[in-house]
Amino acid sequence: MNTASSMSIFLNAALINNFVLAMFLGICPFLGVSSKVDTALRMGGAVTFVMLVSSVCAYGINKALIFIGAPYLQLIAYIVVIASSVQLVEMIIKKFSPALFRALGIFLPLITTNCAILGVALFQTAKQYDFIQSLSYAAGAGVGFIIALVLMAGMRERLELSSVSSVVQGAAVTLILAGILSMAFMGFAGMAS
Amino acid sequence: MTASDTTVATAIPDTPGQPPEVSSVRMIMTMAGIGIISGILLVFTYMGTLPTIEKNKAEALERAIFDVVPGASSKLTFTPEDGRLRLMDPSEKPAERYYAAYGNDGELVGIAVEASGQGFADIVKVLYGYDPVCQCIVGFKVLATKETPGLGDKIETDPAFVANFEALDVSLSADGTTLANEVVFAKPGKKINPWEVEGITGATITSKAVQKLINTSAMNVMVILQNNIQVLRDGNTSSQHTDQD
Amino acid sequence: MATPAASIQTKTSSESAENFIKGLWRENPVFVALLGMCPVLAVTNSAINALAIGAASTFVMVLSSTIVSLAQKLIPKQVRIASYILIIATFVTVTEYVLQALSYEVHKALGAFIALIVVNCMILGRAEAFASRNNLRQAVMDALGMGVGFTVACLSLGTVREILGNGTLFGFQVLGSEFEPWIVMILPPGAFFVLGMWLLLFNWIKHRKEAAE
Repeated sequence: MNTASSMSIFLNAALINNFVLAMFLGICPFLGVSSKVDTALRMGGAVTFVMLVSSVCAYGINKALIFIGAPYLQLIAYIVVIASSVQLVEMIIKKFSPALFRALGIFLPLITTNCAILGVALFQTAKQYDFIQSLSYAAGAGVGFIIALVLMAGMRERLELSSVSSVVQGAAVTLILAGILSMAFMGFAGMAS
Repeated sequence: MTASDTTVATAIPDTPGQPPEVSSVRMIMTMAGIGIISGILLVFTYMGTLPTIEKNKAEALERAIFDVVPGASSKLTFTPEDGRLRLMDPSEKPAERYYAAYGNDGELVGIAVEASGQGFADIVKVLYGYDPVCQCIVGFKVLATKETPGLGDKIETDPAFVANFEALDVSLSADGTTLANEVVFAKPGKKINPWEVEGITGATITSKAVQKLINTSAMNVMVILQNNIQVLRDGNTSSQHTDQD
Repeated sequence: MATPAASIQTKTSSESAENFIKGLWRENPVFVALLGMCPVLAVTNSAINALAIGAASTFVMVLSSTIVSLAQKLIPKQVRIASYILIIATFVTVTEYVLQALSYEVHKALGAFIALIVVNCMILGRAEAFASRNNLRQAVMDALGMGVGFTVACLSLGTVREILGNGTLFGFQVLGSEFEPWIVMILPPGAFFVLGMWLLLFNWIKHRKEAAE
């Protein structure tokens, strides 16, 4: 079984192997929702919550599937759980903060197709993490996602105020910025050992 | 319905708040129907591809074993139980496995051992070959790595690094309870003793990681292997069911 | 004078061709709609990996669009997204096992990204926007076009990254042995940069065309 400590797993997922900048998970929301720091924070929070819920469920499902000997149902089971968690989060947000619900708009249901969440479930299973390790992993992934999104949003907010050639605007400049951010994050490597 | 609700309804199509035009039974039946068909399709695919996949896995493993134990042509898998080694039953999937490799004449040539540890980016998994006669590691192959391409992955390609494992001394101490000399790290160009692993310039962390994981594995495994050397040597002749060829 | 039957036939074939071609350039899922970015960035550090993920995604998309189109009248509107996801997940799982049986190495190289095809917004997007509202033939053409367009996008990254980052193409040495590989290209930042550059190029071409008109 995997013997890594929870702290090192958390740091690994958040910084060293940042889900967005190193593993390319969650790119769609990263490019789509990162134009304002405010929205980025909230989206990141919602995603982190769904990641934690899905991580717990994935752990249980995996044990159950191994028990009944049906590993081929893994993908379907995970995606169903994620879709349900997103539905749950949607209902909770709508109930407790209609303003936030409106602000997130179409992006809330789109969390279902956020590969980062499915990625958490798949990777924690592949690495054979136990329950606490899985939670650390999901928490780290979520925090890393928030960091990447907020950093990008901060940069793009500044960019809006400066003049950039129209050729470069839009996704092109976002990607180049992401590349630079990714290079910066490479500096974290070797931290956990 | 307040004004804000209608705004939400138009912004997000098909929210749960809309009145259903179709009965719940119909919805459940559709989902169930799809579920059943998909389940059947998956079971068939799984069962159909299972033998081929198992064969591929076994072939890949065998190739790796014969790679790290030069001169071997057949193998048997052993697993430890209460400090002793015994032949593994094909239906088992134990965590600890040692692959004893034999030459054409049935003589034990070496034992292949899997070891893994944290590298620079992620877990590095290797297979190394152990020669019980010289008590040294004679072969080394990286099974899984996510190390930096061009830097960390030099552990696979750098000839000087790979040469570390052509005769790495892992002999036991006089009382046979531990390694005489632990496998330690040597800076590039500074290797003096046969139990040192010389690092790669520019890939210190990954090469150190390999040294650490080999050391940890050797400390545990060499003792077990030497204690059960006769069982391993007899493996070929005493077993009823072999998995040769 | 063309008979009504013949003109309908021509209309259908040209419609099919149209639906296929639009996925290649004008409505290219990656470069225009910015869908399905995750695998494009993640699995394209070599040309062969790019080709594999493109082919696998196309395979899943064609199968899913087929089923979605055939079953469009049977699936109630409220559960359509959930149904599509279930259908797509099934085909992705099938693809994963088939690929593992066909080529153990390619499956290992692509890793979890085969499973992640299920959340490729491109597949779900096309199922919802097109396959569920059109007949089988058009749906298949659309899926094929989008899939090929996606594969082309993957390859455009994979080839550049492999040549610049490794000096090889599909494993064959193309740049001389004195070439010092631009390692960053095979690393994550390289993926962002190369895709950014391609988008920059396309934007620039678009601007030139608009300025000329």
